This record gives sequence, C-alpha cells and structure tokens, in this order.
Amino acid sequence: MSETIVYSAKKIITMNPSRPEATHVAVRDGRILGAGSLSELQTWGDVRLDERFKDKVLMPGFVEGHAHVMEGSLWSKVYCGWFDRADPDGKLWSGVKSVDAVVERLRAAEAALEDPAAAVSGWQLDPIYMDNITVTRADLDRVSTTRAVGVLHASGHIMNVNTKALELAGMMKTGHNHPGIPLGADGLPTGELKGPEVMTPVGPFVGFERNLLDADEAGLRNFAKLCVRTGTTTITDLASRMDEDTVDMMLRVTSEPHYPIRLMPFRFFLGLSAPELVETVLAMKKRATDRLRLGQIKIVVDGSIQGFSARLRWPGYHNGAPNGLWYIAPEHLSELLHLALEAGVQVHTHTNGDQATQLVLEKLATALQAHPNPDHRFTLQHCQLADAAQFRLAAKLGMCVNLFANHHYYWGDEHYNLTVGPDRATRMNACRTALDSGVPMAIHSDAPVTPLGPLFTAWAAVNRITASGRVQGEEERIDVSEALYAVTMGAAYTLHLDGEIGSIETGKKADFAVLEADPTACDPMELKDIPVWGTVQGGRIFPAAEL
Amino acid sequence: MGHRAGRPYFPGGRALKADIPVAVIGGYLGAGKTTMVNHLLRHAAGRRIAILVNEFGDLPIDEDLIEAEGEDMIAISGGCICCSFGSDLTAALIKLSELTPPPDHVVIEASGVAMPGTVALSISILPGFALSGVVVLADGERVQAQAEDDYIGDTIVRQLSDADVIVHSKTDLQPNERAIEAVESWLQAMAPQAKIVPTVRGRVPPDIILGLTGPTAKPQASPHADAGYESLAFREIPPCVPEDLARKLATSSYGVIRAKGFLRDAEGNSWVIQTVGRRFEAQRGQKSELDGVVCIGRRGDLQAAALHGLLGPAVSSSHI
Ligand SMILES: [Zn+2]
Ligand SMILES: [Zn+2]
Repeated sequence: MSETIVYSAKKIITMNPSRPEATHVAVRDGRILGAGSLSELQTWGDVRLDERFKDKVLMPGFVEGHAHVMEGSLWSKVYCGWFDRADPDGKLWSGVKSVDAVVERLRAAEAALEDPAAAVSGWQLDPIYMDNITVTRADLDRVSTTRAVGVLHASGHIMNVNTKALELAGMMKTGHNHPGIPLGADGLPTGELKGPEVMTPVGPFVGFERNLLDADEAGLRNFAKLCVRTGTTTITDLASRMDEDTVDMMLRVTSEPHYPIRLMPFRFFLGLSAPELVETVLAMKKRATDRLRLGQIKIVVDGSIQGFSARLRWPGYHNGAPNGLWYIAPEHLSELLHLALEAGVQVHTHTNGDQATQLVLEKLATALQAHPNPDHRFTLQHCQLADAAQFRLAAKLGMCVNLFANHHYYWGDEHYNLTVGPDRATRMNACRTALDSGVPMAIHSDAPVTPLGPLFTAWAAVNRITASGRVQGEEERIDVSEALYAVTMGAAYTLHLDGEIGSIETGKKADFAVLEADPTACDPMELKDIPVWGTVQGGRIFPAAEL
Repeated sequence: MGHRAGRPYFPGGRALKADIPVAVIGGYLGAGKTTMVNHLLRHAAGRRIAILVNEFGDLPIDEDLIEAEGEDMIAISGGCICCSFGSDLTAALIKLSELTPPPDHVVIEASGVAMPGTVALSISILPGFALSGVVVLADGERVQAQAEDDYIGDTIVRQLSDADVIVHSKTDLQPNERAIEAVESWLQAMAPQAKIVPTVRGRVPPDIILGLTGPTAKPQASPHADAGYESLAFREIPPCVPEDLARKLATSSYGVIRAKGFLRDAEGNSWVIQTVGRRFEAQRGQKSELDGVVCIGRRGDLQAAALHGLLGPAVSSSHI
C-alpha cells in the first residue's frame, strides 16, 4: 500500500464549509485522505508525520481561471513596466518611471548580448503612468544604432522600435499614410507602431517573431515557476492556437515528473469553421492528462475598454469615441454556442463591454433552448461592465463570470476619467453584485496583462483601490473569505474542476498553497503582501526557493 | 483612406516595381463574398490568384475547382491557391511574397465583421504589395435592415464607408427594378465615395475586383455577356495633366468604375494613372510601350461620348 503522509501546519484553511479549519492534512497517492487533527488522521493506520509546514499556513492551491502562458514567454525579454514585478526566478524588477530609465535598462541588456545581430526586446511599457509620454526611435537609438530594438506596451497593441528595426523592416521611409504609423516632422516614422497590423512586419526583427498565442517550451517552464511563487497549482492558458506541435510539446513538458502545475489551455476560436473547431477540440480532449486539461474553447467577442475596442451599450464611451469592434459575427457566435452545447464542449467568452456581454447572454439563451444543458458553466471572462440585470440573467442561464479584479487597480482611474466615466467605472468588475445575484464567480489577473498573483487579485477585489490610491466602488467590495473562495473554489467551479481541486477535503488532489502568514488574520490591505513559501501539487512539494 | 501621395498605392504596370496587387473583399456574413470569389476563380483566365481567407469556414472554394488540399493551403485549378490566415494576415502575406513564382494577384476575403479599410491599411505598409481597391458586398435584400441592427448596424455602415466599389449582390431576389434602384440610392447615400455594381450570383468581371492590367492587354471577353459591363480603350490621349485626368475619371460622372492608363505630361514624362471608385492616383512611371487609358463601367452608365471628349476617340469597346 502507498505511504500516507500527514502534514502538520500552523493552520489549514480548507475552503470546505463543513470543516473550515484544520491542523493536519493526510496525503496518499497525491490525493487528500482527510483534514483534521493528528489523532483523527491517525485512524487511517500507519502514517508518517511530516512537520516541515508546522509554521506555515496551508490553503488549497490557488486556481487562476484566466491567464496566458505568454506571461512565461515574455520574461525572456527585458521588463520595462511601471510597477515592480517579480520574474520566474524570483528576482524583483523595479518599475521604470521615465524614458531615460527604460533606455538605461535596455542598454544594460544590450551590453550583455554577444551575438552582434541579436535584437533587444522589452515588454510591458505603460506610458499611461508617465503622462502618456511618447517614446521615439531617437530614444531607442540611444540603446543601439546597430541592433534592432523594440519595446511592447502593456496593452500588447503598441510597440516602440528604433531606427535600425524600421530599416530592417523596410519601413524607414517617408510616405507612410497609416494611422498606426505616426510620422515626425521629417515625414519619417517616429518609431511608434500602433496595432497588430503594423507591429507584425517589424516583430520578427525585434524578437517578437512568434505568435504570442503559441506557448513555447521555455515560456511554459517559466510560467510554471511563476505559479509556484504565487501559490498557484492550476491555471488556464486562455487562449492558445494549439497546433499539433504545440500540443505535443505541452504534453511532453507537463508530463515531466517535476512540472509543478495543472494547465488548462483553451483553444482559440479563430482559424477553423465552427464544426471543425468543435471536432478538433473533442479530439484533443481525448489526449488530456491530469496535468494538461485539453478540450475547451475560448471565443473573443469584442476588444478592450482602454483600447476603445470593447462593444458598449448606450451611452457608449465617456469621451465620445465610436463604439468598438466585434471579433466574431453574432451568427458565428450563435453557431459555435449551439455546436459546443450539443457536443458538451465548454466555452469561455471574452467580453469586456456590456453590449458584448448582452450578445452572449442572448445567444446562449436561445442555444440552450435547442440544447438544454443544466451544467454547462459557460463563463463570461472579464465581463467588466456587466450590470445587475446581466449578472442575474447569467445566473439564470447557468453561466459563470470571471471578473477582472486586477484591472480595477491598474486602469480604474483611466476608466473613471476617460473611457466610461465615474458611474460605470464605479461598478466595473462588480464582484458584490455578481455574488448577490447568485452567479458563480472567479476573479483573475489575465497575466501577462497584469502580474499573476491570486493573493493580489483577492486583495484587489477586497479593497478596490486604484493605482492613484482611491477606493473606487466601495459597494462592490467583497469579504476576504469571499475573495479567497473566488481564487480557489470559485475558479475551480468555472473550469468544472470543483470536484477535484479548490478545497482541502477527502478525495481531492493534494494541491496546497503554502503561505508564511494567515490571510484571514491580517489587515485586508496586507493580503497581497503575504509571502508564499511555495506549493504542493498532486502531493509533490515545490519550495519557491529551490526553483 | 483617401488619396495618398508618395508611395505607389496602385500596382504599377511593368514600368514600376512589380508590387503584387491586393484586392480586399469585405462585407457582412452572407453578403455573397464566397460566391463572388468562386466566380472570380472560374474566370481567372490565366491569372494566378491567391485567395486569403480568415478561416476555411464552410470551405470557401467550390469542390470542382480544388486540385489539392493541405492543412492551410488549397491548390486550385489554373495555378490559383487559397490560404487561411487565422489571426495573422500580415504573416500570411509575407509568406505569399516568398512563393516562387509569386501570385499575380492577391484577394483577401475579410471576415464578416472586419473593417475592410483597416485590412487595406495593413497592406499599405508591406513592401512588395499594393492595394488595388476595396470591394464591399451588400446583400440587397438585407443590408438596410442589418444597418439598423442594434449589434451590427454600425459595423455594416463602417464597412460600406470603407468601400471603393460596393457590389450590390443578389439583385435577382428583389421584386422589381424600382426596389433595386431604391437599394442603390440608399447604398450611395451611405457610401458617397463608392461606385455601386449590381450583381447576380457573384458575376462581377474580374477586372473590377482585381484591377485593370492596362491598355496593353486585350480586355477579357466575358463568359457572361449578360453581366452588363463595358470596357473602353483609348490610345491617343491628348496632352494632359495626369493627376487632373485621373481625378476627373474618378470623380466626374463618366460612369467609370475603374480606369488605368499610361500617358505623358506636357514635358513628355511618362505617368501611370489609376482609379477605383472615387479614388485616384497618378504616379511617375517609366516609359511604356503603348500609351493609352482603359475604362470599365456598367453598360449604359459609361459615358462614351463624354469620355471621347476627354480621352480622344475610343479604339475599342467590348462588352464584358
Ligand atoms: Zn481577454
Ligand atoms: Zn486574456
């Protein structure tokens, strides 16, 4: 018979309402035998007591229901963000606060390069916090005039490049007439490239050659390290194009004995017709393993609010910008929902604007009449501007929501002042209303858009502080216990995994977040600062310090 | 979009660097894009056309045209191909330009919710390609209702406003001429910049979709003479200011949908002019073997007499 190990802990927060706290947890074959007192667990017979966590607080391993493996891939480039951020190796990169600082950091990276043809690539630049200053090619020419230099913005939709990069791409000339290519007084591009169409031709020259929706092996490993450092044991890749080679690679890497996370990639909806997509995903589902949960679809319905490409209902954007863009035709959406319901394939839909959310609600309501499924758990991802009526309808239809709590901190001020105005900014990512409406709810980081960190995400939903320090939408705050539920059971539920993970109770996977302090006992403002020792995943122990 | 200066916007003749001309086809789901593309492929007449589609939805190509099917490429009879670009159009175009030999024409079938003008803009920055025009289809029976729809109304309106040429499709499904005319005047009001082309079952002459080759090529006789288009060729162009001439052809009421010409200014410099819809361009070109201008328009709309006044006597006229 397999060995039974009992771990003692300072406290175990189980998220199991029938036994919310325990001091010991017994693990056998990577699963939880029980949680309780030592004497209770000793009734299972021969147990080995392991006291390594006796000063730690154990929680169920955190579940991140909306992130992208790209977060792992981007760390091969130079971090140029405004906020401090930890890399997969645990190094904390301080935020860069000026263009000079950006240049200096890129220069340091440049100096370390040996290959004279190698490009210097940076990511996560966010001029919103620098009074919307424009970075020019002259700035980046100070990094190098012989190498291509490119820096991707936090939005993912703008890139700054140097003169060399423009030359390599054949774009260093006058006569451009494109809103995505601003020109200087000399008629030449300033080096700012706005929008994917104008970034793609330059991308390969500045180190962004890969389609960022494809996981790469190094990125997948880095991603897993970030998970361990943040207490995350199950996470989504939302979404991936998942060609044959990528799936093979993901299967290989995740099956390695020390790969520390359970990954759930969602197949991006574009590139195949609706019937082919469903068929492909069903075939992938057959190849799923415990650590690679294949077989779901992600649909992107609209764009982003700060990019003015989200679809809003009346009265639209606060600054008068025209309504955003559809990324899928309503008829196509409807067809996919019908086919997926019929085939039993789960669909998560990205909707930022409330009109996009409304469209999904209406189309799903109709599809459900044709293919009733009381437990589909189709999930509205982001769903940032939903009002109470939409949450109520989502609940009635059996949908879940995964709200973008982190967004509120990073862009809440921008939304208040510019995009949607005070009223709607105040109710954005309305966690309180969602819970009160009875809709199953998770909260997310959308890493790399914001950093992965379920405790930070919980903090953001509990406090609703914006980057400028204001509380925005007091009424929509939720309790610490509700937020901790959202990043464990809440997210597990949206992934149909609530029977396997999300709480510490008999029969579930032995997935723990190992914390240095008790998140239910600290000042809610300090929730985000609780140190994470590492994780236990499927009974395997992963100390962050040893990654 | 408007008229742009500097960079060659239209594909040149042999005189200019051989940019591959790219036509963007837009329009909402069900407007008839696929039918028109298949008609185009059936009448490619030796032109090697690459069709780029957002996805191989319900297969965009009629089965009898398919010679071989790969994962993201379909070989079509006559040397044409169809490729799926998923979410990355630019990368697909760059790949196409590396084919040997490269295609003669690229046709992008934009997704039903895409803004064709945005797609067209992305071509303008790719070396080796030149936009030949934006063709937007409108389902005559449904377009007005679609434009009122809460969800897609503004998308439809923006698509129409991006068009150089609007193909008013499925006119055979309308009860009478009056109904067809009513739709056309509505379309024209929505998109004053565009020329409207009525069609049945996607039968639009390839020259209107792809662009004209120029006066050196013989106009292709149409397999559907009933399609109702006419092309006029002029060989003795009076001395002129090329840009003024192009502007007149595009913006005055000569009934010209597309025009292309090689001609000289007063100093004897060679020029290439092109128009599509109400857009026009004049570029300095190298000396061509044969000067002249070709215009294409709807039969009955094309003002032959007025064009004589502008371009001299017509040397040929054909119904296409
Ligand atoms: Zn999203
Ligand atoms: Zn996302």
